[in-house]
Amino acid sequence: MRPGGALDVVQLAAGVVLAGAVLALWRKDLRALISVLSLQGAALATLAGVLAAHDGDVGLGVVAGVVLVAKGLVIPGLLARVVRADPGSRETAPLVNVPASLVTAAVLVVLSYLVAGRLTALFPDPLTRLAPLGLATVLVGFFVLVTRRKAVSQIVGLLLIDNGLALTAFLLTAGVPLLVELGASLDVLLVVVVLQVLATTMRARFGHVDLDQLRELHD
Amino acid sequence: MLLTVILAVPLAAGLLGAAISWRRAVGWAMVAANAAVLGLGIALGIETDHRHVAGGLDGALRADALSAFMVVVIGAISLLASIQSIRYLEAEIARGEHSTRHASLYSLLVQVFVTCMLAAVLAANLGALWVAVEATTIATTFLVGHRRSDKALEASWKYVLICSVGIALAFLGTVLVYFAALHVPGHPSGASVLDWTSLVHASHHLDPAVVRLGMALLVLGYGTKVGLAPMHSWLPDAHSQAPAPVSALMSGVLLTVAFYALLRFKAVADGALGPGYSRTLLVIVGLASLLVAASLLLTQRDVKRMLAYHSIEHMGLIALGAAAGTTLAIAAVLLHILGHGLAKAVLFLASGEILLVEGTSEIDKIPSLLARRPLLGGIFGFGLVALLGLPPFSLFVSELNMIRGELAVGLGWAAGLSLLAMAVIFAAVMAHGRHLLLGGRGATPSATSRLVGVPLVGGLVACVFFGLSAWPLQSLLDAAARVVVR
Repeated sequence: MRPGGALDVVQLAAGVVLAGAVLALWRKDLRALISVLSLQGAALATLAGVLAAHDGDVGLGVVAGVVLVAKGLVIPGLLARVVRADPGSRETAPLVNVPASLVTAAVLVVLSYLVAGRLTALFPDPLTRLAPLGLATVLVGFFVLVTRRKAVSQIVGLLLIDNGLALTAFLLTAGVPLLVELGASLDVLLVVVVLQVLATTMRARFGHVDLDQLRELHD
Repeated sequence: MLLTVILAVPLAAGLLGAAISWRRAVGWAMVAANAAVLGLGIALGIETDHRHVAGGLDGALRADALSAFMVVVIGAISLLASIQSIRYLEAEIARGEHSTRHASLYSLLVQVFVTCMLAAVLAANLGALWVAVEATTIATTFLVGHRRSDKALEASWKYVLICSVGIALAFLGTVLVYFAALHVPGHPSGASVLDWTSLVHASHHLDPAVVRLGMALLVLGYGTKVGLAPMHSWLPDAHSQAPAPVSALMSGVLLTVAFYALLRFKAVADGALGPGYSRTLLVIVGLASLLVAASLLLTQRDVKRMLAYHSIEHMGLIALGAAAGTTLAIAAVLLHILGHGLAKAVLFLASGEILLVEGTSEIDKIPSLLARRPLLGGIFGFGLVALLGLPPFSLFVSELNMIRGELAVGLGWAAGLSLLAMAVIFAAVMAHGRHLLLGGRGATPSATSRLVGVPLVGGLVACVFFGLSAWPLQSLLDAAARVVVR
């Protein structure tokens, strides 16, 4: 892909995905986290759409539509239902506070540039050069997952990882083959449904969805 | 055609179970379907014995000796588990724990789970393999939580979250391998790039740096589903909380279906990097798993948790065997997959029966089982002996051959460490088993249901048979091992 309008859009979209992940570390309001996921979904769909138009790839165009519906609308909608059952719910006490989290995020971004440096050196292509952004989103998602204690925040962490993966796949290989992509999207959607049902059941059973207080199973 | 039928039969039984309300006939239909899978798997094994590859569903399915062997393992263990499912569901309905609607849901989910595992081992495309493995997580979540207790809920949450993260890493690894394959000059593009046949074919031309990163992610990612350390923490919870037939399936085959994915990628990575790299990775996770199992088994108080940690041990052993990577070692790994599957399924099913008749699965509360319930206690005792790798069970033969393979490639130190861990585990399991089977006072013996006795004894007999005779399996095992080793 040569520098120009299309590449600018792709770069912007990739940047939005990573910025969203960092924003998720900063905001404690669970509803804000869900908006971040919608935004990331829209950015990913735009990116896939631009790549599809650029390469004339119909399959990738279909994928862009699926991503927009699944990641932009349906999944955030499902999470919003969990949060609505519990208004005013916030991530009160993450294991790592916000300033330290943001510093960690910066370290993770540098780390992913170091790890992916080999890739970009071998295949110096403007899209490959953006791949560290996807990897950084995955790492930040991990960090959210291990430091946040609310059920919804943990689901958000998982989805950040997934969005980071999608970004990496679009940038490196223009997405995986269509059928695999459709299967993978369906799987992610079902995982979110399953987690939503579990979170709702936990709320009905325990009156909270704070995973720190679930400590019956351990060795 | 054969491959499509193998997928359709178990799924049809599940849909039947969902469509009509639960009755014993539905249970037997599931048993028949899973028996058919076993039969078809054997037929496939005969067909693929000479490196013959069968297609299906417009090229989306593909089988060689390795896939055929995994179909046989899945068929055998789901057959055992589905017989016990009848017993489990009838007991739960009789106790008023479950409605018949729950039983229908259970039948559907179990059969979808079995179908997903079959799809994983029959998929031609390594991306489709990933989709199928992730689908097994989804199908089993509600099965883990089927008993609907607080602990079961917590276990299911941990299970989905940790396994989804792990499998996400495997996805990234798959994308990297795909990236490497797309940059091979002259390699066919399109959806078939990720087919394992074409990947193995092109493996010598893949970029080593990319494959190295990808394989590390794949070992960590699929390793999560295999239950290998450091991502094993979901396993003892999920396997101990699930209903016994589901535990048997998860521990007996699901773990090794994920390992099958690693074997496929190992063939690709070894082509690109030589055997040294994946050997190092597998030795690390294998020894770490053995260490975790050895250090935590001793303190277990619950039969099913003890069995779950035992699975981590065996997955560690399999990883070490695969690390050796000679034809002998891989054939032994596959035999171990079958032997461990059978023995572990028998033990989980027996522990389900113990829970049913004794009302608890805590080791301290069920002493002298052998005197009170001779058949059940006997099955449990022989199952433990099989799992500890004593002759004449097949696990003895496969462990011996894996160690021979490790010695042959200079991994003697790892083999030594694994023997040390096995000795610790042996002592721990013997202590638990002695208390459970012999401890306390004897009492009047009572009989065990034939629905339980016949399949479990059958499973143990099969395990002994494969320990004594190489006959029906050896050529299939060798052919399957050559697929991985090349």
